[in-house]
Amino acid sequence: MFAELFSIVFQFADVFAFLILAAAGLAIIFGMMGIINMAHGEFIMCGIYVTVIGVQNGLPLPVAQACGALTAGLIGVILERTIIYRLYDRPLDSILATWGISLIVTQGMLVTMGSSWPGIGTPTGSFAVGVYTFSTYRLVLFAAAVVVMIGIYILFMRTSFGTLARATMQNPQMARALGVRTPRVYAASFGVGAALAGLCGALYAPTMTLIPTMGITFIVEAFVTVVVGGSNVLLGTVPAAVVLGVIRTSLNAWHGQIVGQIGMLIAVILVIRVLPEGVSGWLARRAR
Amino acid sequence: MLEALRSLNGPQTLGNGRVFWSGFALVSLIAIAYPFGFDPYDVGNTAYFLIWIFAALGLSLMWGYTGILSFGQMAFFGVAGYGYGVISINLAATGGMTLVAFVAAVGVAAAFAAVLGYFMIYGRVGGVYFGIVTFATTLALAAFMGQTAGPEWAIGSARFNGFNGMGGMPSLELPWFGEPVLLEGTPLYYAVLFMLLATYLGLRWLVNGRFGNVLVAIREDPLRAELLGYDVRKYQLGVFVLGSSLAAVSGGLYTAWGQFITPATMGLPSAAMPIIWVAFSGRGDLTATLVGTFVLLLSFQALTVYSQQYALILMGLLLLVTVLFVPAGFILGFGRRLKRLHDRVLNTERRPS
Repeated sequence: MFAELFSIVFQFADVFAFLILAAAGLAIIFGMMGIINMAHGEFIMCGIYVTVIGVQNGLPLPVAQACGALTAGLIGVILERTIIYRLYDRPLDSILATWGISLIVTQGMLVTMGSSWPGIGTPTGSFAVGVYTFSTYRLVLFAAAVVVMIGIYILFMRTSFGTLARATMQNPQMARALGVRTPRVYAASFGVGAALAGLCGALYAPTMTLIPTMGITFIVEAFVTVVVGGSNVLLGTVPAAVVLGVIRTSLNAWHGQIVGQIGMLIAVILVIRVLPEGVSGWLARRAR
Repeated sequence: MLEALRSLNGPQTLGNGRVFWSGFALVSLIAIAYPFGFDPYDVGNTAYFLIWIFAALGLSLMWGYTGILSFGQMAFFGVAGYGYGVISINLAATGGMTLVAFVAAVGVAAAFAAVLGYFMIYGRVGGVYFGIVTFATTLALAAFMGQTAGPEWAIGSARFNGFNGMGGMPSLELPWFGEPVLLEGTPLYYAVLFMLLATYLGLRWLVNGRFGNVLVAIREDPLRAELLGYDVRKYQLGVFVLGSSLAAVSGGLYTAWGQFITPATMGLPSAAMPIIWVAFSGRGDLTATLVGTFVLLLSFQALTVYSQQYALILMGLLLLVTVLFVPAGFILGFGRRLKRLHDRVLNTERRPS
């Protein structure tokens, strides 16, 4: 009985970690700048490739993963400074621009990298509860998701950068009048978002087969989590991931992955009818 | 006659003068004369380009005129494509029944658009969210159809076949006196051409009328439009269903043209294509969308012969350049310049010497 229960909790934790890690970067960029980064999947892919190439060249896995996240973050900052900053007053156009970038990168990868690349195996190690065995790496992923959320909390609520970022988010003109260099805050936030996307890729790199279009695996989940969560990462993404995680886990158990995905999407469409500003918008209104 | 023509003109479209309509008549005549003297295979290929333009016009209506950016055109395209397959295969349709299957497939897609649109528009989801939800829906549909490989995934005798796609549906047939006409090659070209002309003129009439004025008012300021007493949601939903149904028309025709539909048509990068055509052409004008989409499809096809990847990279670059430097769109910008030139010439002619 305990083993069954643990198995259910474990599966939920797995889905929850996936949703949090996939959505965190997207949610930060959306919350800060109100734009959706359609190249999110490509940043994830960047993290995956850097990690895999690092490991294949002899780096230990955690170091390679850090490199993956950092590379994605760096590319994010460069992209923001060259292209995205021109489009802040046109949120829809910035979506299209990132979509264009996404197309260029995916197809460019197909041209340069070929359609597949040897992967690195999942770190072995498992533990048993009752008659079931579980992969230890999945627990690492769950822990990473929790650490990421705590990290975001500390970054945005406990550091001076966080204060500047929140000020910029609330009222950019006023922040600028008070001497905040808002362009830098935007660039840094975009970089953090991109680095988190890269981290997501880096963490899942050992569990996947490598193809240049693999970003797709993450983006549907990332997008629906952000839609349900709304514009506040801390207030929105976690509850959204819990709710969607429960829906997804039960549907997965009932009828497999794809039904889980579709069911999640239907849940999202129902949720936005009731809570158009997402969970965080609803919580913020209640708190007022 | 003149009265009818006048209702097609208005502030919501470029090209209202005698010069434009003479050009329009000329282009239409060329399009009608084109199959004479060309290989039926090439004519069928041209019909293929025309088929996609419906989806582009629908997106122009939603995005350019009403301000709803839907990323879901290819989802409705796919639903109608699969819908046509399922209905026509199960009816073993021939003759006029294929047309019934086609209309029913578009109807299914329209109903799907109505349901999806109801939840989003009446939930007052707008702008960015609208894009994400339609996008996620499209990708989820593609993923769903991609895994329907086994024999258990079928409706009646129509198998979905997962990633490989559904095939074996009949071509459209037009009931004619005595013998039905199989819509392939040249007959298909004419059918699509006339449908396209009718759609284009119909949309011009729509946007230049009272309905179109309300749409533009909603695009400019939804709140103000609402305060003036219009039920914004009703108009938005109507336009969403109409625009998505046009994508469905494309999907149905495409499936009947190639007797084939795959999940990849709904996935990436395919889902980005209508956005790129319309953004490049100029979303704010139907004529620009029509012309630009045709030009892009033609050049894309020419490039794909060499390398599909490079062609797609170029499309991505085109989208990026359009957004950064020509947000109103290339063809529309060109059209406006022509109009200004034309006006200037007229003014100098009229000036008393």
